[in-house]
Amino acid sequence: MKVFWAVLSRDLRLSVRHGADTLAALLFFLVTASLFPLAIGPAPDTLGRIAPGIVWVCALLAALLPLDRLFGADLEDGSLDLLLLSGLPAFGIAAAKALSHWLVTGVPLLLAAGPVAVMLRMPEEGIPALLAGLLPGSALLSLFGTMAASIVLGARRGGVLLPLLVLPLVMPVLIFGAAAADAAAGGFSPRPHLLLLTAMLAAALPLCPLAAGAGLRAAVE
Amino acid sequence: MLAAEDVAVFRGERLVFRDLGFRLPAGGALVLAGPNGSGKSTLLRLLAGLVRPAAGRVLWDGADAFSDLAGHGRLVAYVGHQDAVKPGLTVTENLRFAAAVSGRPVGAALAAVGLEALADLPARMLSAGQKRRLALSRLVLSVAPLWLLDEPTLGLDTGSIERFGLLLAAHRARGGMVVAATHVPLPLPDAVELRLG
Repeated sequence: MKVFWAVLSRDLRLSVRHGADTLAALLFFLVTASLFPLAIGPAPDTLGRIAPGIVWVCALLAALLPLDRLFGADLEDGSLDLLLLSGLPAFGIAAAKALSHWLVTGVPLLLAAGPVAVMLRMPEEGIPALLAGLLPGSALLSLFGTMAASIVLGARRGGVLLPLLVLPLVMPVLIFGAAAADAAAGGFSPRPHLLLLTAMLAAALPLCPLAAGAGLRAAVE
Repeated sequence: MLAAEDVAVFRGERLVFRDLGFRLPAGGALVLAGPNGSGKSTLLRLLAGLVRPAAGRVLWDGADAFSDLAGHGRLVAYVGHQDAVKPGLTVTENLRFAAAVSGRPVGAALAAVGLEALADLPARMLSAGQKRRLALSRLVLSVAPLWLLDEPTLGLDTGSIERFGLLLAAHRARGGMVVAATHVPLPLPDAVELRLG
């Protein structure tokens, strides 16, 4: 457990030191989301209707950005070997990496999602459900993303392969996440959608790090 | 004690070596020699548990070394041909992780390789030899009994090689083992040579 926190604090320290890379995902999210009012027009009824979808798709794409470097830099400079020899099982390394991705990318996206939803004129009663969906949703993005990043690790053109691998996996997350916000905005209960999202998180929490750990072992071989 | 019995390793489709065996007692040193591409680095990665053998066994005190890969990792300190130095972190910060794992102080490790004056310098300012010394200082931080070294003295000046010799001698005097791949003579008295290729 001591090594888990050491991996996490090492990654967080690196993220702070490479601040521009860390901010890139958040800025990408803000910029892409603000393109929609310009393209569609600022009419509140159209924009507010599609706002949950915009926030979800933009958050999903923004969370993909840092995945390429999540293990890539460590593989290239040999740090990944040392991480795997630290005494922590490979799935523990993967879990620490997923947690650091969520803290560095998921949490800032979550904090920015509220203001962006307001900017897009989303109906007020839908915003809590949107954020409640993004909370497990962003964690799922980190877990699936970590798994895919470890699988494409060492492959040529891994950066191109990564979205093709992650996006189909996170489609159910997108469907239920956007549906939760839609339901709340339309006056229905978002509860069933949120429960499904949480159920997915409960399944992904143990399974994704296991798969990612196997991917890491295969990548260093 | 570390032993390998009839080990064979494939890299992709290519057989790197086969029927390889050796025994290394506590305090012993094994020097891997051979031309480029003969499998010295692969053998080191195999002993670290990073590469799996296609045949044969690697034994630690008579038991299969790879039954618990994470546990085996704790017994191993590996210095690969890459230095695993993060240019954005300072010299001290680069060692934080290794220090957190073993609980040993960073300052003593830096002093052992003569980098204490550069402790707060970003690692991107270091020369190639200084980065190598930073990588070697992780050995001092580690409590692992088996050191696996891939060309450890590459880029080091004579003074640093002498200091490194002291580290190796101290490690072996504590009963530690050393396996090193090298093309140049290392400060390892009465080491056994294993020729590959």
